[in-house]
Amino acid sequence: MKLKGSQILLECLKKEKVKAVFGYPGGSVLDIYHALFEHSIKHVLVRHEQAAVHAADGYARATGEVGVCLVTSGPGATNTVTGIATAYMDSIPLVILTGQVPTALIGNDAFQEADIVGITRPCTKHNYLVKNIAELPRVMREAFYIARSGRPGPVLIDLPKDIINQTAEFSYPEEVSIRSYRPTVKGNPRQIQRALDEFMKAAKPVIYAGGGVVLSNASAELHALARRLSIPVTTTLMGLGCFPGTDPLCLGMLGMHGTYRANMAVTHCDLLIAIGARFDDRVTGDLRSFAPEAKIIHFDIDPTSISKNIKVDIPVVGDCREILKDCLAAIGKKKVAPRDRKSWLGEIAKWKAGHTMAYKQGKAIKPQFVVEKIYELTRGDCIVSTEVGQNQMWAAQYFQFDRPRRWLTSGGLGTMGYGFPAALGAQVAFPGATVVDIAGDGSIQMNIQELATVVQYNLPVKIAILNNRCLGMVRQWQQLFYGKRYSHSTFEHHPDFVKLAEAYGAVGLRATRPDEVEPVIRKALAVKKPVIIDFVVEQEECVYPMVPAGAPISNMMLL
Amino acid sequence: MRHTISVLVDNKPGVLARIAGLFSGRGFNIESLSVNETLDPTMSQMTIVTRGDDRVLEQINKQLNKLIDVIKVIDYEKGDENHIERELALIKVAVTDKCRAEVLSIIEIFRCKVIDVGKAHYTVEVTGDENKLNAIIELLRPLGIREIVRSGRVTLQREARVP
Ligand SMILES: Cc1ncc(C[n+]2csc(CCOP(=O)(O)OP(=O)(O)O)c2C)c(N)n1
Repeated sequence: MKLKGSQILLECLKKEKVKAVFGYPGGSVLDIYHALFEHSIKHVLVRHEQAAVHAADGYARATGEVGVCLVTSGPGATNTVTGIATAYMDSIPLVILTGQVPTALIGNDAFQEADIVGITRPCTKHNYLVKNIAELPRVMREAFYIARSGRPGPVLIDLPKDIINQTAEFSYPEEVSIRSYRPTVKGNPRQIQRALDEFMKAAKPVIYAGGGVVLSNASAELHALARRLSIPVTTTLMGLGCFPGTDPLCLGMLGMHGTYRANMAVTHCDLLIAIGARFDDRVTGDLRSFAPEAKIIHFDIDPTSISKNIKVDIPVVGDCREILKDCLAAIGKKKVAPRDRKSWLGEIAKWKAGHTMAYKQGKAIKPQFVVEKIYELTRGDCIVSTEVGQNQMWAAQYFQFDRPRRWLTSGGLGTMGYGFPAALGAQVAFPGATVVDIAGDGSIQMNIQELATVVQYNLPVKIAILNNRCLGMVRQWQQLFYGKRYSHSTFEHHPDFVKLAEAYGAVGLRATRPDEVEPVIRKALAVKKPVIIDFVVEQEECVYPMVPAGAPISNMMLL
Repeated sequence: MRHTISVLVDNKPGVLARIAGLFSGRGFNIESLSVNETLDPTMSQMTIVTRGDDRVLEQINKQLNKLIDVIKVIDYEKGDENHIERELALIKVAVTDKCRAEVLSIIEIFRCKVIDVGKAHYTVEVTGDENKLNAIIELLRPLGIREIVRSGRVTLQREARVP
């Protein structure tokens, strides 16, 4: 069957079972949009290309599928860069299709030309410039395969306008084989056995689980292993939900804003089992005093993550789920009993009781209270995205995630403006779900234009702005470490967020007193429309516990 | 520590940029580099001389392997020393009647060639390992070197010796 390049592209998307594309048209992709006009694939017209990528990213995190976006050359392509870098840092599978000027003009500083392949080389897992129409199906097949396999990540395909206009025979390759890319899936059995021996020997083990557990869909296996061996589990920011937050073995998050018990447990454990985590500096603090008494086991699909920051004693390279399955199978057969954990779990319980996350509610609304109320009133049954800053940390601390893929946050890059478009993408995937973006008044203004998109497509995303009239996290650092010189971190002017929502055709609500919080959330959850809730919260509130950057994680400033 | 790493890559546009970008982006250093097509024209061979502590060198190896276009990475300093390495230098030496004989005798000793002769200079071609190149340069330097160009290193694994 002979097809035009633009049609081939869409057929490839169909073959990959792509249900939604987030995009924005322009000169170089007009032919693709021409073909899209009568095609069955759903296209969501965002209002900024950065949001297209974040939306595809939110879609991917919530579903586990590859997120797809489509933008034009030049400024369309460069607008995607922050979104791509965000997905790259968090290992989110995306395929980004960018238009490009015709091949004959490439390199000539043509109108709307940008070397997007060059620009995105360091922030994509791989990228392609298609120079021959015959390659297009293979490139598409490879791109989806690379994006979702191994350690997932974004893959960009640059499509020159003339190539998209050529015709060629279409057949989609069944198999994909890249001689230089064969990720290790199965863990080495001998290494797994060595790890198991340590599991049994340890008196004070802790599992430190990260985003890799979510990405490899290994939550059930992780839960089974932790239960079977009574090993407490702390998760990273990216790992929230991969182990039930309400499970008695759950220690909560570790690191800079982690719980007291998680940081203490890691500091005093004799065995640390890192699963799909990468010893990020926000987790470890001072490396020399991170798990200083522990043997370290590390399960990860990416060999570069192993011994990058911390020397690992027993590395196991492979897919976390496969490794955990093999561990469970080996334990199941042996009928082994792990060591008695009573005293270790008792020690942890004492840490927990000694330092709760309680805060005092005064006259002003406490931001933590808002997050707790959202949790309570949704019964935790919702998808939560966040912006970046204090809002993100409070959401992580005060919402309990019992299931994976319900938590969308920019962990690695820390991109303000991520949460709202990510929520939009998740809502496209799950139209019936409750999707809440927990936002800051600074961050929300970085992609506020997407209000038009959610109204147009009737995506009832709820935006809860924890409005402290400042860049809270910046203000917090200035308060604690810069002698309270609040240099350019306070907003002297804000739009009226309620009127702003209304101007876009969404619903605007506001709460200024603690007793207004609950009714306003109930109202927002009841309407089947996008809602902004402007929670006017206490300005000076800080996120605690806090470990100063670079300090040992046991060195916590507590509430 | 200094390591010679040989990287077999897909012979595609942009691959050199990926490798160079990896080194610059992660703060690794490239001391010398050579790239060429292999017998199989779909592949290129790169030889990179780099420097770092154990942790850095381990990362360099792993990060190179992680690039989709990289087929194989061999770190020659890691395994046994079973490889041959060569570099090439072209050295332009000033010659006067007084030192002509001395220059020629150095060239003779190092078994290299004069490939261009001018009124007041010789251009000498020398191949060998790094030590040999450094040695001849040091001997010629007092006589007046005007210019030097040096290639990157190339390496090849040794075959098992016939017993
Ligand atoms: C795009 C971007 N620019 C700057 C920063 C640096 N930054 C981190 S947190 C923060 C403050 C965020 O303020 P706001 O959105 O109001 O959230 P709050 O901390 O008050 O909850 C800033 C500016 C960032 N993370 N991302």
